[in-house]
Parts: sequence; structure tokens; C-alpha cells
Amino acid sequence: MYSFQPSPEQHRLIETVRRFAAQELRPAARAADESGEWPSAVIQRGMQLGLTQVGLTDADGDGDSREQTALNGTLAAEVLAYGDLAGALAILMPNLFAVPVAILGSDVQKAEFLADISIGDEAEYTAALIELDWDFDACALKTTAIRDGDHYLLTGVKAYVPAADKARTMLVYAALEGETQAFIVEAEAEGVVVGARQKLLGLNGFPLFGVELKDVRVDKSKRLDGDFGLVWARMQTTWAAMGVGLAQAAFDYARDYAKEREVFGSKVAQKQSIAFMLAEMATEIEAIRLVTWQAAWQAAWQLDEGDIGAGHTAYLAHMGAGELAMRGTDRAVQILGGHGYVREHPVEMWMRNGRAIASLTGLAVV
Amino acid sequence: MISFEESETLKKLQAVVREVAIQRMRPISRYFDEHEGEIPWDYVAFMHEAMKTMGAASLVPQVEGNKVQPPNYVMLAHTIETLSWGDAGIYLCTPRGGLGAAAVEANGTAEQRDKFLGRLSGDKPVFTAMAITEAQAGSENSAIQCRAVFDAQSQEWVLNGEKIFVTAGHKALVDTPGFVVVWATIDPEAGRAGIRSFVIEAGTRGIQVTRQDKKLGIRASDTVTLTLQECRVPANHLLGEVKLAGKASPKGFKGAMQTFNVTRPLVAASALGIARAALDEMTRLLTESGVEIRVGMPRQKMSYVEGEVIDMQRTLRAAWLLTLKAAWLSDEGQPNALEAAMCKLMAGEVVTRVTQKAVEILGPVGYSRTYLLEKWLRDAKINDIYEGTGQINRLVAARLLLGYRGSELR
Repeated sequence: MYSFQPSPEQHRLIETVRRFAAQELRPAARAADESGEWPSAVIQRGMQLGLTQVGLTDADGDGDSREQTALNGTLAAEVLAYGDLAGALAILMPNLFAVPVAILGSDVQKAEFLADISIGDEAEYTAALIELDWDFDACALKTTAIRDGDHYLLTGVKAYVPAADKARTMLVYAALEGETQAFIVEAEAEGVVVGARQKLLGLNGFPLFGVELKDVRVDKSKRLDGDFGLVWARMQTTWAAMGVGLAQAAFDYARDYAKEREVFGSKVAQKQSIAFMLAEMATEIEAIRLVTWQAAWQAAWQLDEGDIGAGHTAYLAHMGAGELAMRGTDRAVQILGGHGYVREHPVEMWMRNGRAIASLTGLAVV
Repeated sequence: MISFEESETLKKLQAVVREVAIQRMRPISRYFDEHEGEIPWDYVAFMHEAMKTMGAASLVPQVEGNKVQPPNYVMLAHTIETLSWGDAGIYLCTPRGGLGAAAVEANGTAEQRDKFLGRLSGDKPVFTAMAITEAQAGSENSAIQCRAVFDAQSQEWVLNGEKIFVTAGHKALVDTPGFVVVWATIDPEAGRAGIRSFVIEAGTRGIQVTRQDKKLGIRASDTVTLTLQECRVPANHLLGEVKLAGKASPKGFKGAMQTFNVTRPLVAASALGIARAALDEMTRLLTESGVEIRVGMPRQKMSYVEGEVIDMQRTLRAAWLLTLKAAWLSDEGQPNALEAAMCKLMAGEVVTRVTQKAVEILGPVGYSRTYLLEKWLRDAKINDIYEGTGQINRLVAARLLLGYRGSELR
């Protein structure tokens, strides 16, 4: 039966993450955005919350169903992004690697990599998916993998690879005979060239690098083999959840401001033009949140019960959240007026970060 | 616990209702659009019998002995969505329910529910209606002037006034032995505190259908003006607790307004059924013409049509889940005024846009009466208007979100 109420355990999870997001992540966000350095201590504490495992396995072993476990990850991602999107991405970074391995990896691959990742508080694992083309499409990659005996040869240019300067191991996505597959590549391997830090519209606190692959040889045992549909679904669902969290942050901030600020003898929020904007924001946020939950639920269900459209739902959630994050943050800037444009308030930063939800689909925090 | 699992009961119900929509509604859709004022009696009779047989799947509260089972609103939302996918005008001709019954269910005492709702599961189909709007009072429904005066001698309420835009009023009062719930003021000085709702049964003297409106859409459903002249009903026809009956109190009005928390998600469900119909039909026609709609493309690689279709799918799904949540809160007995307003405002906008876009994308085909798309465009628009316009629902939602009283956000 339908039910829309997080369980008591999920409420506790949300509250724990919210406290961290509000008290630690958000206060550090502006400085990180200005300096381009992520707040290491805060990010490490975030990683130590154990959120990397949330949504991956039934971390506390209390027998949660797979659907509830997947929802835990979605709920946590939303609240983290409510604090700061760049920080949320940094904290969840190990999942870039861990989730595809968990879904598609062989037993040997899982044994080798997953146990190690679970406590990770260093940026050791990352993934290289995006390519710097206007029509970038994760299902039509220009980076190629060619079979060469017991190895594959990877060639191509990747963009926006998180913390590639520090990473030890990365998951590289490449087209093998036209189909997207992933390969576990050691950063030290010959032919892997980490390029310069890339500067973006937003997410300045989250370091991203170009990575070039020049005939990189990968043993065939390092290939993740299979249908990446569920990996994309998880990726899009997590992005959608973060879009919802960001939009919720923008809404809350704009609402509180509008209830304080006086104009023509009343509060800004008492003007219908503003109040209606806020009502529309809240409506869209709640609606897309539910699509996101449904996507998470369906993706987990699909593993047990067969396809019920998880990929489609995740896609709709992500499309919705992309637009929501952009429009929601834009409206928050608008409601604050000139003050919204000034870097003293966070809304302009959220607006810049918000664009990433739609633009960096492939920046796979799964 | 969060779950999107559809129970077997729900799936079975869905399959049955879908057959009804395909077999009993679509074939007569155009006829009743073009013959406004006629009643689809075959559909009415079929549905009455079917719902009697199906029991719990009925559109109205079930009366068993002297106990009333409220409906399962999530199930009801599914049913209404699918019937409206068939035809929204004909869906409004579904007997045994309607807004009148919903008002009795929401505000009536146990005795009143037994007294008035029992007839709905009788041998013959029965309709109920709700009369709120007046010529000078639409969205501002606390400005109504229809007057109710208590005659202490006869222990009756005496009603005078005129009500417009009463959905199914003709069927509730003239065509079947149903009832209309009429909102009236017992104290014009008291504003909303003076407003009460009264059940007026078919056959009561002093109430008359004085006009049938001709509309843009949902033409299979009658919309009438009711004139009340010295219309007398017994004291226990005033809905709600007796202790509130006589003197002005905002509780009565609030009670009446709470009906909206139940009905708005159901209207949203109806709206989204029309939207889904338009989306399905448009996709079918495009596919037949060899147009492929690819799912999963980055936006910058989509065609214009693909982008529009994805937007339609996305907004439809989002509004539908919001609607289900609002209905689910009703089932759980939790407050849902905010969600009810939000899902209604979103659904009204989604259906209006989806149907208009479907007509637009199909060019001259969309505009043709050979297909039902142009009809659905017309049917859609009422959903942005009745049960609170999109603007009223924004106002309701904004007040709740901002913690403002009516006087603080006007």
C-alpha cells in the first residue's frame, strides 16, 4: 500500500544529518566557495557519519528492506544538500565508485573494493564520466575501450573528475563497442594524466579536474560488466534528491526573509505576488520530492521484483529536480531583491550551484 | 515507512475501472459532449449496479447497518482518475456520490450520515450536490447571502436565496431522489461565523432548478441555478453538532471548509485523469505517424516534441504523487489542508497545460473534433476553477506555509 511517512528510524537519520548540515556544513560553505578549498575537517566529519554506506547496504543491520535502505540514501542526500551542495557532493564522493561496484561488480571486485571504501575519510575513490561536449550523453561516450587480449585500452578525455589530484582509484566510463561500460583504473597507471583544476559557474568548494586517458591498459578483471540502467537510475535519483534539498534551502531562506522584511507598511510575504511564488515553490518541491522517493523505491524494488519503470521515474525525478533547483533558487534571489544578488546572503551561491543539478547529470554521485 | 507498492486490491480495481472507461465512457464521449443536457442513463444505471456489487469500491461512504465506513481516499483517487481518463463529464454523472455526500460525510453527525447517506446504496441511482456559489459570491464564499432563519414554532429552518453553478443539481433534485447541501447564513452580521450547511432533499417544497448553464466543457454534467423560496427543512437537516446550530460560531464555517480537504485531492485526481488521456492519445497519434519519443535523453539533445512530452510526463507524475499523498493523509486521519490545496493548484495547472500542449503539438489534428483532444482541452479548464481556483488554492497554501491568518494575507 502507498505510504508517505518516513519511519521513526528514518526520521532519526534525517535529524542527525540535518543537524550536521545546518550546524557544520552550511556555515563552512561560503568560505569554501570563495577559496575553492573544501573544509577538510567538516567533510571528514561528514564522511564519518557513515552516510557513504547509507543506501548502499543495510548499514546498521536491523533488517531494513532494500527499498527502505535505498530511501535512506535518498533522504540523507536531500538533507546534506540542504546544508550545502558542494559539501554534500564531497561527502558522498566515495559512492561515485562504491554504488556501481555494489550494483554491477563481481564478488571478487566487491571483496576487493567495497570493504575498504566503507570507512573512507579520504578522497581515495572517484569516477570519470563527463566529457566536455555540449551534447554530452552518458549513453554515447566518446572515450573508448578496446579489447586487447586480456586487457582493455582506454582512450579519451574526461572532465569534472572529483578530487582526481588525490584519488588513488577511479572508475572510468568508456564506450566498449558503442555501449557504456566502466573500468576500475589506478590513478598511477601509465597513460592517466590528471589535468588542471576546472573552474565552474558554481560548486567551487568541490575540486574538479580534467583527466586524459592515453591508451591506458586495464586488466579485464577490472571491468564492471552489465546493464548500467540501474546505475543511472541511482545516480539521477541522488541528484534529484540533492536538487530537492537545495530548493528547500532556498525556499526556507526566502520565506524567512520575506516574513521579516518590510515594504509599503507590510511584510514582503504579505504581498500576493511573493506569497504565491512561495506557495508554488513549496508545491513543486513537495511534488518532485515524492517522484524522487518513488524512483529510489522502484530502483530497489527492481532488483528483487523486476522492472517497474525505475529508470523512467528516476529520469523524470532528475528532470524535475533540475528545473526545480534552478527555478527555486532563482526565485529566492528574486524575493531577496538586490540583497539576493549580494554575496552576503547564500542565495546567489545556491543559484549558481543549482544549475549543476541539470548540467552535471553525469557527475555521478550515485 | 515510505512505500509505493500498489496492493492487489488496488490493481484489480484499476483494471476493472479501466474497462469501464474504455467500454462504457469513450464510445459515448462525443455524443454527450454534443448533446448538452442529456443524461447518460446507461452509464448511470451500469455504475449504480456495478458499485452495488463491488461494495467497498464504491465512490461513497459505505453504510453497513448503522455504521458508516469512510471511503479509502487513495483508492477513490485512483478510481476517479481512471474514470476521468475515460470521460470527465460522464464521470461527474457517476451516481451514489458527489460533493453533497462528501459534505455529509465530513460534517454530519453519525445520525445524519445514516439518515442521508443510506439512500445512496438503494435500488435506484441517486445523486447528491453541493450549493455554495452565489452570483455575488464565488471564491469569497463567506460573502454568501442565502439566508436561513429558524422557525421556533415549527422547529424548522427556512431558507431563501439563489445558488448558481451547482454541479449535478438537476440530477440530485429532479431526476433522482437525492439531496443538495446548501450553504446559508444564519446571521448575516457574523460573516463566516454565521455560515451553516443544510441538507435539502429532492421533493422539498420551495427549492427549484431555475436555469441550466451551457459550458465550455464537461457538458455531460449538469450545472444549474437553484432558487430557494421559503424552503423549509427540519432542524436536524443542519449539518453538524446541535450545540453549534443556533448561534454564530466560526466552527461551522471551518467545518464546511474542511470538506475541501477531502474533495480537492479528488478533483485533482479527476484533472490528472484528463491529462493522462491527452498524453496517451497524443503519444499514440505521434507514434502512428512514425514519431519516436525517446526517454532518457539529455535535454539539449531532445527534439522540441520530445522535450514537451517529457515535461508532460514529469509534471503529471509529480502532481499525481502529490495528490495521492493528500488523499493518503485523509485516510490516515492526518491534517492535509496544505497538501490538498497544493495538489489541487498543481493538478489544475498541469491538466490545463498538458491538454493545450497536446492540441498544439498535433497541429490541425489536435484542433479537430474527429478526435477527443479538443474536448479534453475544454474539459480540463474547469479543474483550475472549481473547488477553489488555482489562485484561491495558492492563497490557502501560502497562508498555511507562512503561518498567516486570512487578515494578514488577503
